[in-house]
Amino acid sequence: MTARLLVAALRDPASTAEFNASGWTALISAARGEQMIGTLAHRLAGLPMPDAAARILEDARVSAEQGRIAALWEAEMARRALAPLGMPVILLKGTAFVAAGLKAGQGRHIGDLDILVPQDRIDDAEAALIGAGWEWVKPDPYDDAYYRRWMHELPPLIHRDRDKMIDVHHTILPLTARPRPDAAALVAGAVEIGGGLSMLGREDVIVHAAAHLFADGELAGGLRNLWDVHCLIEEFDEPGFVDRLRARAKLHGLLSAVDRSLRLSQWLYGAGAPLTLADRLFARRLLGRDSWGRQRLKATEFGFYLRGHLLRMPPAMLARHLWTKWRKGYRPPG
Amino acid sequence: MRHVFSVRIGPAGFRVGSDWRQPIAELEDLYRDYPKPDDDIPDFTVRLFAARPWRRFVRPAVMIGGDFTIPDAAPLPLALGLLAAEMGMNLQMALAQRRYLLLHASCVERDGRAILMTGESGAGKSTLAALLMARGWRLMGDEFALVDPATGLIHGFPRLISLKNESVGVMQAALPDARFGPPQLATPKGDIRHLVPDARSIAAMAEPAVAAHIIFPRFGFEAAVREVPPAETFVRLTQASTNYVALGERGFDALTRLVGGVPATAIDYPDAATAIAQVEALA
Repeated sequence: MTARLLVAALRDPASTAEFNASGWTALISAARGEQMIGTLAHRLAGLPMPDAAARILEDARVSAEQGRIAALWEAEMARRALAPLGMPVILLKGTAFVAAGLKAGQGRHIGDLDILVPQDRIDDAEAALIGAGWEWVKPDPYDDAYYRRWMHELPPLIHRDRDKMIDVHHTILPLTARPRPDAAALVAGAVEIGGGLSMLGREDVIVHAAAHLFADGELAGGLRNLWDVHCLIEEFDEPGFVDRLRARAKLHGLLSAVDRSLRLSQWLYGAGAPLTLADRLFARRLLGRDSWGRQRLKATEFGFYLRGHLLRMPPAMLARHLWTKWRKGYRPPG
Repeated sequence: MRHVFSVRIGPAGFRVGSDWRQPIAELEDLYRDYPKPDDDIPDFTVRLFAARPWRRFVRPAVMIGGDFTIPDAAPLPLALGLLAAEMGMNLQMALAQRRYLLLHASCVERDGRAILMTGESGAGKSTLAALLMARGWRLMGDEFALVDPATGLIHGFPRLISLKNESVGVMQAALPDARFGPPQLATPKGDIRHLVPDARSIAAMAEPAVAAHIIFPRFGFEAAVREVPPAETFVRLTQASTNYVALGERGFDALTRLVGGVPATAIDYPDAATAIAQVEALA
C-alpha cells in the first residue's frame, strides 16, 4: 500500500531521491489523503526533487503556514471570549503544538480549535462563547442531547463570522467509554505557553493523543496522530520521561493505549519496534491508503468503525444508538 | 484505477482515474492537443468511481472524488462522465489552489492584455468568452482566472469551454469547424456541450497576461454601461473567489493590487452582439 511510501519519506527523507514520477504522484496523493502534505513539505524541504514536486510541496508549506496563523488567531479569539471567566484556556492537539512551537506542529494541518475547560465551568464557557458569536451546529435534538449527556465535549460550535469550529472538551474520552481519565488532573497539570494560553502537561499531551487514537476513534487520521506522538516523544525525551509517561497513562486508565501508540509510532517513524498480533491489525488499517489516495481494505475499515463504537459505549447502548442514526439516514463507511 | 488520463491545463497538472473507459476516451480525444503535467507529476488527482462495485455495470453512476472532495456530492449517470471529470478538475482547483488567487471568471487576451468577465451563473461568461475567441481573442478560460500574487499577472486555465443550453447552437453557428464534445443532456445545469478552445489558445496557455479590464456582464437587460468603483469591485471579487480567505494576506494584497490598477465596468446586455460591441469598445 502506498501509505508506506509516505511513512518511508517521513522517516527517511533522503529515500525520496530514488522516486520516479509515479512514486512522487503516489506520495503526494497519499500525503493529501492523510492530511500530512504540509508535514511532508517541511520534512523534505531543501532536498533535490523534480521541479513539479518542489512546487506542489512549496504550495503546501505556504498553505500550512497560513493555517498556522489562522489557528493561532482562533485561539486568541477564544481566549478573549473566555478571559472574563478567569479560567485557563487549555489548547489541545494541533493548535497547542503550533502555539507552543513544537516540532509536531511544523506543517501540520489544523482543522477545528479544540480546548479543554474545567468540567464544572463548562456551562459558563458555553455561554461566554455564544455571547462572543459562536453558534450551535447540530440542528438535531437527538445529537444535541447525546453530546450533552454522553460526550467528552459540548456539541460543536461554529463562529458565525469566521466560519470556524470550536470543540470545547471537559475531558478526553466520552463518558460512555470504559477508561475514565482524570479530567481534574489534566486541568491541574496544564502548563502556560504564553499569550494567556495553556496546554496539557507533557505526559498528558501524549496520553491524549493515544486516547484519541486507540480508545476512541476509528483510526482515521492515525498516521498523522502517530507522527505527533513520534515528534513529541523525540522532543520531550530525557531520562525517565517514558516511565513518567507510563505512570501518568496508568492514572488515566490508558496505559495500553499509550503503550500501543509508543510501539506503533516507533515502528512507523522511529528505529522500529516489535509489534503484537493486534498491533499488526492496527498497522494494516493505518497503511490502507493506495496510490490514488483512496482508503482500501474496506472490511478492515468497517471493522475498526465497529470497534470504535464498541469502545465508546456498551453494546446495548450502541445498538440503540446505531438504530437511531440509521433511521435518521446515516450510513457507516464500507 | 482501471483507466487513466493526465493533462496540463494552464499551470495545473491533473490525473484523472476512472472505473470506466468512456470518460477517459472522451478526455483523450478532446484534450489531445494539450500537454502532459510538468515532470509527469500532476498537481491534482480526480477519481471517477462507482459507489458500489456492482454499480460499475448495473445502472452505472459516476461518483466524483479526488485529492479534495465535498461530502454529499450526488453521482452522475455514466453518459455524463465527461461532465463529471470536468467538475472533478474544477473542484480540485476551487478547493485546493493556493499558488494563485482564483477568480470565478472567464478571461480572454489580446496584445498581452487580459479582459476578466465575472458574474453569477447565467450572466453569459462562457458564451461571451467563446464568442470573443471566435473573433480572434485568445481564450484564457471560461471558468477560472488565476492572479499571481507575486507578479499580479493573470494566468489562464483554458480547459474545455462549458456551453449551456442555447449557447451551444450559438457557438456551433459561430464556429462551424470547431470541435465539440458529446452532448451532456439534462444535467443539473441544463443541456451542456463542451467546446475545445482553438489551437492558438491551447498553444499559448502557459503565457500569462496583464489584467486590462474587469467586466461584470448581465444578460437580459436593456443595454447599459456603468463604471464600477474599486471598493465595489473588491467586494464583488471576494465573492467570486473560492480561495480568497484561504490565501490570507497574500490574497488581500493580490486583490487590492488588482482592483487598484485595473478599471472595472458593469455591462447589461439584451443580446450577444450588443455585449461583444460593449466589451470590444472597452478593451
